[in-house]
Amino acid sequence: MTGDKTDKKTKIIKTIRIDVDKCNGCRACEMICSAFHSTPKYSSNNPARSRIRIIREPLRDLYVPVYGGEYTVAECAGRDKYTIDGKEYDECSFCRASCPSRDEFKEPDSGLPLKCDMCEGEEEPLCVKWCMHDALILEEREEEAVEDPEEAELEDLEIGLESLADKFGMDKIMDAVARMNQKD
Amino acid sequence: MRYAETGFNLEVDLTRGNIEKVATDPKETELYLGGLGTNAKILWDRVPPEVDPFSPDNLLIFGAGLLCGTPAVGCNRTIVSTISPQTKLMAFSMMGGFFAPELKYAGLDKVIFRGKSPKLVYLWINNNKVELRDASHLKGKGSLETAEMIRKELKEPKAQVAAIGKAGENRVFYASIEQGRSSASRGGIGAVMGDKGLKAIVVRGTLDINVAKPLEYMELCNEVMEYIQFRNENPIPGVMPILAGLGSPQEMKVHDEKWHTENFNWGNSRERRKGFWTDEVARDWMETLDKARTRLISCYNCPMTCGATISMPGLPTYMMKCFTKLTYTMGAFSDLDFGLRIAQKATEYGLDGFSAPQVMAFALELLKDGILHKDDFPGMPEDNEGRFYYLLDMIVNREGIGDVLADGTYWAAKKIGNGAEAYAHNNIKKHEQLPLKLSMLNPIYYLMYCTGEKMNITQIEGQFPQAPYPKKEHREKFCEDWFHVPDEKFKQYFIDWEPRGENSMPFYPTVDMCCDIVDWQERMHYIDDALGQCAGLSSFPLKPPYHIHNYPKFISAGAGIEMDEDKLSQAAKRYRTLVRAINIRRGMRRKDDRPPEDHWKKRFPELEKELLDTYYKFKGWNNDGIPTKESLQELGLDYVADEFIKRGILKEDEDTSGETISAEQQTH
Repeated sequence: MTGDKTDKKTKIIKTIRIDVDKCNGCRACEMICSAFHSTPKYSSNNPARSRIRIIREPLRDLYVPVYGGEYTVAECAGRDKYTIDGKEYDECSFCRASCPSRDEFKEPDSGLPLKCDMCEGEEEPLCVKWCMHDALILEEREEEAVEDPEEAELEDLEIGLESLADKFGMDKIMDAVARMNQKD
Repeated sequence: MRYAETGFNLEVDLTRGNIEKVATDPKETELYLGGLGTNAKILWDRVPPEVDPFSPDNLLIFGAGLLCGTPAVGCNRTIVSTISPQTKLMAFSMMGGFFAPELKYAGLDKVIFRGKSPKLVYLWINNNKVELRDASHLKGKGSLETAEMIRKELKEPKAQVAAIGKAGENRVFYASIEQGRSSASRGGIGAVMGDKGLKAIVVRGTLDINVAKPLEYMELCNEVMEYIQFRNENPIPGVMPILAGLGSPQEMKVHDEKWHTENFNWGNSRERRKGFWTDEVARDWMETLDKARTRLISCYNCPMTCGATISMPGLPTYMMKCFTKLTYTMGAFSDLDFGLRIAQKATEYGLDGFSAPQVMAFALELLKDGILHKDDFPGMPEDNEGRFYYLLDMIVNREGIGDVLADGTYWAAKKIGNGAEAYAHNNIKKHEQLPLKLSMLNPIYYLMYCTGEKMNITQIEGQFPQAPYPKKEHREKFCEDWFHVPDEKFKQYFIDWEPRGENSMPFYPTVDMCCDIVDWQERMHYIDDALGQCAGLSSFPLKPPYHIHNYPKFISAGAGIEMDEDKLSQAAKRYRTLVRAINIRRGMRRKDDRPPEDHWKKRFPELEKELLDTYYKFKGWNNDGIPTKESLQELGLDYVADEFIKRGILKEDEDTSGETISAEQQTH
């Protein structure tokens, strides 16, 4: 390895910048998300199927749009409270997980987890498009792709091995590897 | 499969505690659309005129608009209909917020209450699970307080709650139904809810609402969004700020209240205060509002921010919208700080912000003029603000003079007598109106005030400018992108309208033009009320995103009902006529179709008569304001015609030109 790669690999990172101060609590984001992800597209509406939720408590002035993230089997052991600008938030208010402790990001009938896919195929996520108050802003930035070379090589190796195995069968490969080992 | 609507109503018999989910007839949707339209049909069919508002046989209907729950921007209104204890006519109140979509997602288009519960209860709808629950622990609780307590005890933070406060429980004739940031306030529907022993309706829904032609429908919604953006960036020039943009009047946003405070009347709609809005007042009020207002907020799926969260130091937080900001302030000749403070209490009590301050100002005027006496107000504080708080409590608790005042100015004046009637001077059909007193008769508004059965001018006006621009070139410019008109002739009406001279008010717009203009404005409001669309994006502002040209497409693509402009106009006319029929059957006649006597200084009795005569004919009503047999049959309302004849309201062989029965004959 030369350590002096000229063509650095980059990737586009999509981020949604959420400004809770600008949220007016209308839930258009929830509505349009559920419409977009229905089959056929836009055929039905149900915010309970949305992959974005506004965690809202109007009388305490809490409005936090949150996107569905990873599924988790267990809830957190301890959940902290945050006070921001004099308002107390539950840690869960900012959490993206589809988790047993709450009904956010779960299909209402099956309970299966829901995860934001940034409305693949659209110019921008539709929640961003429908938020006329700019509480949700899409940001794209290019980042150098951080790749673990060993992992990458491993990946190549695995793909290669798999194809060899497909061609010759696993037993022959194992024999060949054993013979090569003995030669060394 | 039903589209946009669910096809189910919930029938709740509060006397027996019986609950049934009933499938509705799609044909009714085609004829009456939904929301107000189908509400009116149910009231006509099931509440005969002998039924007293506080009878168990009166119905209280919560109807979600036809397109609520779909992506149609700003379509979120619940239309609450019943017979009003104040007007004894059909009550006409609506609320935005989040209730209607939630009801739809729970699989219901309407909840229809009948009977009376022997003890205070609330209804809990959780998708298909529905139960009546004991509410005795909520007795006397505030409306917002109730909502919070219910959400906690059910462990359902996302449930939407529509609740009454103490005013509704005590059957105050202008009690509201409160729903967080919204309320259905007019006509005393909260009193009917209280009379039925119903403290709240709580709903949580996680079911789907389908649309008929998804891609087409989405395209229409996107167009509306884009037009809203365009209108936000391009306010209409040359009109006062509240008429330039979209939405309900942006009272929570604006600081400049010069127009309202100097043109609307203070006290019991008595005094105009020119020169009130000084720099000092402006500075004080700005500071008050900025400190109190924590956030501008919206209803479901709407980018307009017509409401606000209000936190006054030392008081619980509440939410406010629109003109209540000023009604208490101006009723009491006080300042904004007082107005926002007392409104907190009044919101928890659940009171109509239009009527309540006017009733209080009315009482104090009677005291000042010696018609009521000091002993009628035992223990009342001396200071002005203190007296308003005192009256608020007396009214809500129906204590002493408060019991009389709780029936509104019309009925209170009757009970008090001794000349008090002259002080109940700002009513239409027994219902308190905006505190507005003007000089020159406006023929368009004359017709709207007379015949608007919504009883509230802001729920009737819109679409056509309130006054002409001084220069013709500006009027022509206005017409350039005025594609919302149902007919090109409206542009000419406007272009030829002059502030002065031959083509000016009250004789221009001509009587015929006035009929066209009023009919258009009213039609758009009635369509909104069936679809559940907020007037703030439709019938109320100039050049709105929803209009007669795109509405049929919304209904076709959304609800799957073939629709065009004529068919839609005909449907709106049908249930508008049905609303009139309900009121006619309850005794309303031409004699009731009039504005407050002192609304305009300069009146023109001959012109007014001609206006009403012509408009009645235009609408297919006879000279006493009763829809004729012929016009009823044309709308497919034969059953109304038959009933009118059976009851002797119309005569079998009546000349359908509608001029045979004089107003005098029919007044009794």
